[in-house]
Parts: sequence; structure tokens; C-alpha cells
Amino acid sequence: MRAVQHFTATAVVGLCAVLGAALPASAQIKIGAVLSVTGPASFLGDPEKKTLEIYVDEINAKGGVNGQKLQLIVYDDAGNPNNARTFATRLVEEDKIDAMVGGSTTGATLAMIPVFEDAKIPFISLAGAIQIIEPVRKWVFKTPHTDKMACEKIFADLKQRNLTTIAMISGMDAFGKSMRDQCVAVAPKAGIKIATEESYGPRDSDMTPQLTKIRNTAGVQAVVNPGFGQGPAIVTRNYSQLGIKLPFYQSHGVCSKEFIKLAGPAAEGVRLPCAALLIADKLPASDPQKPVVVNYTHTYQQKTGQAVSTFGGHAYDGLMILVQAMQRAKSADKAKVRDEIEKTKGYIGTGGIVNMSPTDHLGLNLSAFHMLEIKGGDWTLVPGT
Amino acid sequence: MAELLQFAFSGLTVGAIYALVALGFTLIHNASDIINFAQGEFVMLGGMTTVFMATAGIPLPLAMLIAIVVTTGVGLALHRFAIEPARGASPVALIMITIGASVFLRGVAQIVFDKRFHSLPPLFGADPIQFGGAAILPQSLVVLAGAAVIVALLWLFVERTLLGKAVIATAANRLAARLIGVDTRRIVDFSFAVSAAIGAIAGILITPIALTSYDVGTLLALKGFAAAMLGGIGSPLGAVVGGLLIGMIEALCAGYVSSSYKDAAAFLIILVVLIAMPQGLFGRVKVERV
Amino acid sequence: MNLRALIETRLLPAILVAAIVIILPMFFPSGYYYRIGALVFIFALAVVGLNLLMGFAGQVSLGHAGFLGIGAYSVAIGPTHFGAPSWLCLFAGAILSGAVAFAVGRPILKLKGHYLAIATLGFGLLIAIVLNNEAAWTGGPDGMNVPALTLFGWRVHGSDAWYWIAGATFVGGFLLALNLMESPTGRALQAIHDSEIAARVLGIDVARKKLTVFIISAMYASVAGSFLALFNGLVTPDVAGFLGSIELVAMVVLGGMGSIFGSLVGAAVLVVLPQVLTIFQEYEQALLGLIVMIFMIFLRQGIVPSVTAALAGWRKC
Repeated sequence: MRAVQHFTATAVVGLCAVLGAALPASAQIKIGAVLSVTGPASFLGDPEKKTLEIYVDEINAKGGVNGQKLQLIVYDDAGNPNNARTFATRLVEEDKIDAMVGGSTTGATLAMIPVFEDAKIPFISLAGAIQIIEPVRKWVFKTPHTDKMACEKIFADLKQRNLTTIAMISGMDAFGKSMRDQCVAVAPKAGIKIATEESYGPRDSDMTPQLTKIRNTAGVQAVVNPGFGQGPAIVTRNYSQLGIKLPFYQSHGVCSKEFIKLAGPAAEGVRLPCAALLIADKLPASDPQKPVVVNYTHTYQQKTGQAVSTFGGHAYDGLMILVQAMQRAKSADKAKVRDEIEKTKGYIGTGGIVNMSPTDHLGLNLSAFHMLEIKGGDWTLVPGT
Repeated sequence: MAELLQFAFSGLTVGAIYALVALGFTLIHNASDIINFAQGEFVMLGGMTTVFMATAGIPLPLAMLIAIVVTTGVGLALHRFAIEPARGASPVALIMITIGASVFLRGVAQIVFDKRFHSLPPLFGADPIQFGGAAILPQSLVVLAGAAVIVALLWLFVERTLLGKAVIATAANRLAARLIGVDTRRIVDFSFAVSAAIGAIAGILITPIALTSYDVGTLLALKGFAAAMLGGIGSPLGAVVGGLLIGMIEALCAGYVSSSYKDAAAFLIILVVLIAMPQGLFGRVKVERV
Repeated sequence: MNLRALIETRLLPAILVAAIVIILPMFFPSGYYYRIGALVFIFALAVVGLNLLMGFAGQVSLGHAGFLGIGAYSVAIGPTHFGAPSWLCLFAGAILSGAVAFAVGRPILKLKGHYLAIATLGFGLLIAIVLNNEAAWTGGPDGMNVPALTLFGWRVHGSDAWYWIAGATFVGGFLLALNLMESPTGRALQAIHDSEIAARVLGIDVARKKLTVFIISAMYASVAGSFLALFNGLVTPDVAGFLGSIELVAMVVLGGMGSIFGSLVGAAVLVVLPQVLTIFQEYEQALLGLIVMIFMIFLRQGIVPSVTAALAGWRKC
């Protein structure tokens, strides 16, 4: 028994030593990040982490911010909100960060919000759901478009094609469920009728029963699939396997070349709302976002050898909004930086042009989304969107 | 009718995947009484290694072969370096080692490979076969055939070869098997190697349908384990029947009742079956000696 | 039982554990350590319950996180949808967990070995699926907020407050478990663990004893789940998931099956280890798996029993 007590004590003391050693004493600006680098949401957290690392290095190579170097501290919550909360506490109490970027998932973000609100530390989340910024919380901001905007964008496109009755098949993960709820909520206002609804598990390998039911539902004119990960790729394949010819919409959750690769020829004709980032090379030279997205795409692909996704772009936007706020504030003072983030106007990022205000901690409008159609294995811009 | 047929095709596709994964559990269990929770990682290794070999420019058939060899090596290493040194530990401790191994392999895979999803081209094209108003992918039939071949081979092995009898003897009573000259350590070695190979083959065959990624193993192992238990652990036929049954229940529930509760339906039926038949559908009754 | 035995089996261990709870914070440089400490005691509470089931009655449960989930969502749903006070919901959750364990325990506990494992696993998954799907009540996969616990007008808030509550509750749960094990029921359970048939021959009502301990372990897990939810202020279906159940079992086995004190050690190792391993960045997971394997290979009885045995052997030399 005594040996065990000793063991526990050693473990705790050891932990103190390890943490103590990890803290260099210098006047750096510390930026914390808790991301889902592994686990079911790793395709969010993985590009986010890589993006933050690439750009923090780049900023430091150019002399840092206000003459101070940035120090990035990333923890992996593995998609578990309890872990996220623990790491958030650690960032505040141990690492003594000046600002926070990230929270890949809505669950993790919601779990961390009280920690940063209590500690009065600016927190820019990279998660999708609208609950993060509605109601507005003093210290909390976010960069990705909300699910609600994606629904509205899809519904607007449907109206333009005179399609009003749809079926929905959504993933049962947090992303799919949250977007599904938003779509159901905005459908009546957009004049869209949802005739039937189906769902699938995040790791399912065949969705033909659900799609068969949708096919056999009278009056359905189009199908919408809120979801992310590999699920939408399989839904798309099954869609073509069953020979369904109705217009098919995916969500902003699959805005990555990977989706086209996984879904293969079945992806032809699929439409989805995405940020300008995906079509960097196709934007007209006059588009204000063009230099930013081309630059990010090149840097990311060159450093990682992987295709860009909009998720990495959200992290880029979060970091840049924060850094620019620090530059405007001429310090890393938490309260001043917070005020400057809120005053962000005309920031041109990968996700769109951001204009924040005390009542809007996102600052994006529908114009940030482009309606894309997959043709010949590549994205094309749907005219008039 | 066409609707029911389509549901059945879906059940067959998903069920064949579960069945292939479930088969991997049987041999290790038979030889050592261990439920190998790293079985899902064998499936992952099979698929991911093939994908990365193929991306590196190695022809697909060779890539598959390398994947099977690599995974078999990992299975062998798992036994030699983790299970064998802990010989004599309680079954729960041994299972905990396989859980540790599963976390370890996943952790290594995310470094060696990546964290993205990958697919493989199907063996016989992607054009669905139309039958009675329903469509099934040729690859689904390949997975099904793969499961059938493995069951047949396992049956032949156990019934017709001395090595197979030795596995059964080891399973029944390790000490007695050793007394009659069976090298039980080699037998368990062998069972880990073959189970890993079965896992790798499963991974290669199902990737064109289900896709793969470094963490695909957890859920597959869960469903495979459930299928093996429903059929009666240790019986290859039981594993396949269990897998197909779970696939069918999920598809029919998704089609006729509710797609959000299809997993629940599968586990509910497993519970009911086990309460009625405590050894699963094809399991053997084990007598406890005092 | 004479006084000396009473002191040795109950009083000393209880004082030891209470001392750990009180002394540890003297080494805590910040509130983050209080959070880790509170998490250790919360998980240890659930692990003590599961250890009673696994280590003493010899019954595996791969679905215990389901009870964690019932406890966690009780303190979320009760106050939010019915306006009930949190402390009442905590007790209600524990009673509900016990009732659920009673209902499913009778048929399930007849199963043996791996069949019991898959049945409990399935049961745990059913709870997680319901929590995930019934979004109107549970908030779905994104989870729901949990109102803070208020005790006698004091709003429990902050890691240090929860450290003391969790620590005190753990000492209570620890003592209760020790008492139970030294009782006739405890001895009967250990007989069941050694040989069910032999126990039955001795006239022990095996089914009933197993059911009793299953209910008790479910209530331990439920209280731990309620604490976790109240502490975090948010609950998601992950709490009831399969990985959560595996983690609880790992804590029991790592600490030592049948060692109540081992429960604390097992929980401490698996809560603290991931925090230490973060310095290894992307090698974190691989190392975690490796360390669990190494522990189980070299300390196959679990940390506490193995170390105790080694010490006893060393003393004899």
C-alpha cells in the first residue's frame, strides 16, 4: 500500500516537473489550441493543426507580432468534450495563454466556453454550429460559416431551379444532426417542403435502404445530404448505384478534393455550397479573395503534400483575425485584443470577407458561400451564385 | 418486392463485411480463449497498407500481397512480444493487452499513414448488377465469396489436417495437448498469424465499399465481435451467419422502421438471442469443472 | 471481528485514502491540478463499483459507461426539463440506474464469460444510441448544458470545490466498498468468483448475489456520471459510449481486479497518463497503447496486487 502511495505521489510530482520543463520563460505571445487531431473528427483537427503550425512558423520567421514571437500550444481532445475541457483548463491555468484558437467540434467548443469566459481570454472557435455565437458571448468568436447559412444557400439554389419538395438524408454525428436541425428550421421560410427524412450512422458502409425509401417517396424533387467524413461519399455512391436521377446536394462538410476522389464518378452533377478556397484557380482575377486563397492553397499543399480543405482554411482565418487584432491593439492584452477582434472589418480570408460587430461574432454573410457543381471530376462554379 | 430485394442486398453487403471481420475472431479464440480486440486493426492494416503501397506505384495485386504479409507479421509479433510473455495471466488481463495493442497500432498507423479516408478500386468494376428492380455492387458479391471461401478453408483445416486438430486440442485443454506432444506455443502463434491474415484480406476486400482510414478498426471490431458472439464464438459458420444476420436486421430496420435505430435493433436482437441461447446460435456448451 | 482486525481492514485504509485526498493539494501549483485530481476521484468512484463486480463477483461489464450516462443525463435533463434540484436528480439518477440494472441484470447475468461481455456491451450501446437520437430531450450528439449544483444555497463552482466533493465522496464510496467486501455478501461474492458451482453447492443464492452487486456497481457509476456532468457543465453522448466502458474496465484491470485501492491507482494512471504524454505530440496514442501493454505484461495482476506481492516477497528474503 505504501509503495502505491509513493507511486501516486511520484506520478503527480513527475507531472509537475514535466509541465514545468515545458514552459520556457520568455516574453512570447502564447496561443492555445485544442483540436480534434485524432478521433472521429480528425479530418477537421488534422488540417487545422497543420495550418496553425505552418503559419505560426511563417509569422515568427517574419519577426512575429509586435516584435514578439508566437508560441503555439496544441492539445488533442480526440473529439471528446471532457478532454477538451481539461485541456482548456490546462491552457489557462498552466500554460497561461494569451488567446485561443480552436475547438474543432461544437461539443468541444461548448464545453470550453465557460473556461475562457471565466478567464477572460479571447476564444476563436473553428466549429460550425450557430449556438456558439448565438447568443453572443463576450469572449467567443468563430470563423466557419454556420450550418444555417449552408441550408439557406442550398435552398436558394433549389428555388432558382424551381424545386420545392426535397428529401433529406443526414449523418447521425454532431455535424449532420446540427445541420439537419437548422435546415428543418429554415425550410418553411425558404418555401421548401421536406417530404421525408432519413439518417445514417457516421461509420455505416451502405445507405441503400434509406435511399430506396427516399426514391419511393412521391413528389421528391431533390435530395440534400447534411454530413461530413466518409458517409457522404458512400451516400453519393449508393445514390448512383440505385440510379436515382434527382438533383443531389451535399453540404459544406465535404468541401475537399478528397470527397470527389472517394465518391468517384458518382459525384458527377452533385452540388454543394463551399467557400472560395476550393476554387482558388477558378476565381476571376478581380475577386478580392483570389490572392489569399491562392496563397493559402499553395502553401498548404507544398508543406503537407495534401489537398486543401475548408477546415484548414477556418484555422487560417482564425489565426489571422487574431494576429491582426493584436497588431491593431499593439499588444497581446486580452481585453484589448478582444475589442479589436470584435472590430474586425473587411478582413479577407479563405472563408469570405469578415465584418464583425458587437452583435455578430462571425461576420460572414451568404455571399461567402459559392454554389459548386462537380463536373469532370473537378469543381465548377454554378453561374449566378 | 423490389424494395425488399434492395433491402436484402444492402443487408447482404453490410452483413458480408461483418462476417469477414467476425471470422478473424474465431481462430484466436479457439486456440487461446482470447477475444482479440486488435482484430479491427488487422482489418485496417490490410486496407491501409494496400492503399499506400498502390499509391507508391506498386501494382495492386502485389500491394495486396504485401499488405497480407505485413499484417500477418504484425499478428505474429503481437503474440510473440505481448501475449506470450504474459502467459498465465487472467483472460481479462490478456484481453486488456489486445486493447492496448489496438490503441498502439492505431497510434502508429496515424503516423506511418495519415488521417484521411481512402478507397481502393473494386475488383470487378463499379457498375451495379441489376436484379429484379434492385441493384447490388459486384464487390459485395466478392466480399461474400471471400467469406465463404475462408469458412470452407477453416472447416477443411480443422476437420482434415493434423494441425487443425492440434488447434482444437489446444483450445480444449492446453496442458493435455502439450502432454500428447502438441507444441501449443506454435499453435497459438499460428492462430494469431492466420487471424491477422484473415483480417488483412477482409480489409482489402471491404475497402472498395466501406472505405478505410487509420481508425476504421474500432467500429468494425465492435460489429465483428457482436457477429461472432451472436453466431457462437469459435464457430466459423456461426461468425458468417451472425454477420449476415446483423447486416440484414440493420438493413430491414433502416428500410421499414427507423434508420436512426437500426444499430439499436441489431443489439436488441443479440440480447434476446443470447438470453434464449446463452451460447449463441452455433456455440458449443462448455462445462465448468469444479 | 475483533477491534484490531477492524482497525486493520477498515480504519487504516480509510485513513490512508483520506490522507491522500487531503495531502495531495499541497503539491498542486494551480487549479488545473485540482481538475485532474477531481477527475481521478470521479472516475475512481465508478471504478470501485465496477471492481466490486469484476474483481469480487468475477462478472465483466463492457457497458458500464451506460450507467455513467444515466447519471450524467439525470442531472442534465431533470433540472432543465422539470426544474428539479440537481442534488435530487443525482439521487434519482442513482436509483434509476439501480432499477435499470435490476431489470436487465437478471437475464443478462446468467450469461458467462465473453457472452456476458457482449451482452453488457450491447446494453451500454443501447443507452448511448438513445441519448444520441432523442435530441428533444438530450440535445443529440452536441449534448446539453448542465446547470450547476447548488447545495444549501452554495453554487458549486470551480475545480477546487469539485476536488473536495469528489474526494470526500470517493472516501465514502471506498469505505462502503471495503465494508461490503468484509460482509457475508462479500465473502459469498468471492466464492462465486472462485467457482460458481461450488458456491451454489454451499447454498449461496448465486443469481441474487450477482444481481445485488451489479445494482450497487451501477449506482456507483451513476453517481460518478452525475458528478462528471455537473463538474463539466456540459454532457454529450460520448460519456456513455463504448470507449468510455473500455476505459473503465482498463482502469479496473490496470489498478488490480479485486483491489479496492487499485481502483484509485488505475483511475489515476489513466487520467494522468494522457496529460503527461501530450509532450510526445503525435506519438501520444501509440505510447499510451504501449504503456498499457507493458503494464499488463509485467504487472499482470494489476499494479496494486503485483506491487504488494513483490513487496511481500522482498520482505521475506
